[in-house]
Amino acid sequence: MDNTSRKRWISLYVENDVGVLAKIAGLFSGKSYNLKSLTVGETEDPTVSRMTISLMGDDKTFEQIKKQLNRSVEVIKVLDFTDLPIHKKEILFIKIHSLKKDEMEEIFRSAAVFGINICDCDRASVILESVKTESENDDVLKYYKKYYLSRMEAVRGGSVAVESVSKSER
Amino acid sequence: MKIKGTQLFVKALKEEGVDTLFAYPGGMAIDIFDALYGETAFNVVLPRHEQGLVHAADGYARATGKTGVCLVTSGPGATNLVTGIATANFDSVPLVCFTGQVPTNLIGNDAFQEVDIVGICRSICKYAVTVRRREDLGRIIKEAFYIARTGKPGPVVVDFPKDIQNALGSDEYPQEVSMRSYKPSAGVHMGQLKKAAEMLCSAKRPLLLIGGGVNVSRGGEALSAVLEKVKAPVVTTVMGKGAIPTDHPLYLGNMGMHGCAAANTAVSECDLLFSVGTRFNDRITGKIEEFAKNAKIVHIDIDAASISRNIVVDVPIVADAKEALSRLAEILPPQKHDVSEWVEKLTSIKKQRPIVQDGGGSLTPKDVIDEINRRYRDVIVTTDVGQNQMWTTQFLELKGKSRLITSGGLGTMGFGLPAAIGAKLGCPDMPVVCVSGDGGVQMNIQELATAVCQEIPLTLCILNNSYLGNVRQWQEMFYGGRYSCTCLRKRKSCGEWCSSPNAECPPYIPDFVKLAESYGLQGIRVTRREDISAAFDRAESCKNAPTVIEFIIDRESNVLPMVPGGNALSEMVTEFKKEGR
Repeated sequence: MDNTSRKRWISLYVENDVGVLAKIAGLFSGKSYNLKSLTVGETEDPTVSRMTISLMGDDKTFEQIKKQLNRSVEVIKVLDFTDLPIHKKEILFIKIHSLKKDEMEEIFRSAAVFGINICDCDRASVILESVKTESENDDVLKYYKKYYLSRMEAVRGGSVAVESVSKSER
Repeated sequence: MKIKGTQLFVKALKEEGVDTLFAYPGGMAIDIFDALYGETAFNVVLPRHEQGLVHAADGYARATGKTGVCLVTSGPGATNLVTGIATANFDSVPLVCFTGQVPTNLIGNDAFQEVDIVGICRSICKYAVTVRRREDLGRIIKEAFYIARTGKPGPVVVDFPKDIQNALGSDEYPQEVSMRSYKPSAGVHMGQLKKAAEMLCSAKRPLLLIGGGVNVSRGGEALSAVLEKVKAPVVTTVMGKGAIPTDHPLYLGNMGMHGCAAANTAVSECDLLFSVGTRFNDRITGKIEEFAKNAKIVHIDIDAASISRNIVVDVPIVADAKEALSRLAEILPPQKHDVSEWVEKLTSIKKQRPIVQDGGGSLTPKDVIDEINRRYRDVIVTTDVGQNQMWTTQFLELKGKSRLITSGGLGTMGFGLPAAIGAKLGCPDMPVVCVSGDGGVQMNIQELATAVCQEIPLTLCILNNSYLGNVRQWQEMFYGGRYSCTCLRKRKSCGEWCSSPNAECPPYIPDFVKLAESYGLQGIRVTRREDISAAFDRAESCKNAPTVIEFIIDRESNVLPMVPGGNALSEMVTEFKKEGR
């Protein structure tokens, strides 16, 4: 057993019913588990939703979380993605306004460097769209906060993850 | 044929074999009650408060092993169930609770008597669901009963809006359940069980720790079968008490915070702790690091989440207690070591250091429990919560079909009386005794009316020390004797905070004898131990109504021995003298 807390990934299949999200979210808050992000959406089967959950915890707590999820009547399947080869991406929007011309140019340049899209703009505002891993998005956000904090808003979606087909290790 | 939702509800209860329905009407349940009018298939019991209702259904379920069924209205009717649902959830009691709800088009509008009961109950029940379409009704009720009684049993809430109640739809009630998300574990992992069996028969100081799971699964006989194959002493938790007859030669007693010396010594000194159906909560383990320190631990439990949560175990087995014990009895190899010395050591501790209570000739709680022990071979005893509960679990003997019903996990005051009523309704041929305290009994005292109306005899024993005794004991032992808000005689005119009861204290209210009389019942006050037996005689002579016996006990009797919270089980306090005495 490892007592150190580290980041974990769970992919959860649940019934696509009213209240299931509240049930799962409530489980985390009620038992004081450290939830980092949770995303949910319908799957190829509209009666099933799939959640991607990232959390911090040690081995013992994480085992307990998986068991608690498993015993919930609404949960169909719990997959532990922590040490599996997976693809995971998060969407991050950053809107920056009141930009001068040189700032605008700098943003277009830096966006190209980071490989992120400018999905909308007018003469003094831009919206950046970054689809990356959570930690890469952390870096992107850090960069723009450094220069534009008072003129920006950021929205993050939380990660979605899927098991890879070709990679044998991460 | 098209029928109304309420009619399908009645049909569903019949098909589920429900014989008793605990029900309290109201605006959003009135249509269901209309469908029940004149119904003879089940006894519809009307309690006096919804909390009493759900505890009664709980007592019924624990006594019979069947699913308890509740029906209440929306809003306050539903919220009054909450404590009872949590109580049942903690002790794995199968209940299906139907709550009326405002019509679906009003949900979310803050309509009169609307609450989100599914949201409120989500974390304290096994499953909660709102019926949103009439065509789902039959399936949802079928699933509710299935979920409540299978796997680790628990309460299920079915929220039933008024428009669905009245909507016409199919009259079919499904026979089968198929849920992809809920598959209770069946069977036992035989490889793991063999490993556990091997450890049990090769241990030098084996010990069986039996929890409530064995009682829930009705696994007592399977446990006896195991004990015929292997000689190992047995200890129980509060919830496991009765799984093995208390006069069994290998039984040591309850362990844990108020356990006996033999049982707690056994846990501290065993080399194999073979535990079944317990979740090792803090009242059981004491200081975790010291718990069964020298032992390998086997843990059988139906709930995977209970395994290795509080105590890290060596052999985990996820299985129904009864099934695992039955299979274990089949495969147990012969014992490798002679364990007589170990068993004798513990049984001699049991003899030499029993739990005693010496009142110096005056009436003690033990005298009352001893009378129950002498009087009945088969009996259902319910308790409230606090000292009355701990004394009962310490001194009660359980033989034959006897059963102890107590709120172990949640520790819900007010549980005892309604649970006794439910138990008696479920088992009319068994004598039922409730051991309560003067504090807890007042939390649902109104249910005396329910027992009167149901014309059932039961004996309500109130151990009256005029205190919220358990908290008072903690205040005496750990808070310097500062009796903060635990005296039930204290009046405003008493003035200052008071920590010393004396002869001048104001009289106790209510007068339980007169209270009993106001319900048309016998009320008996017993102050001397020699009058106990006669009081029980009088109670038994009454065949169609409860009897209230108030026992005036020493105001400051303590539950001992005690392992103070956070201490190791070996650090038992057996004596406590108040300073200055």
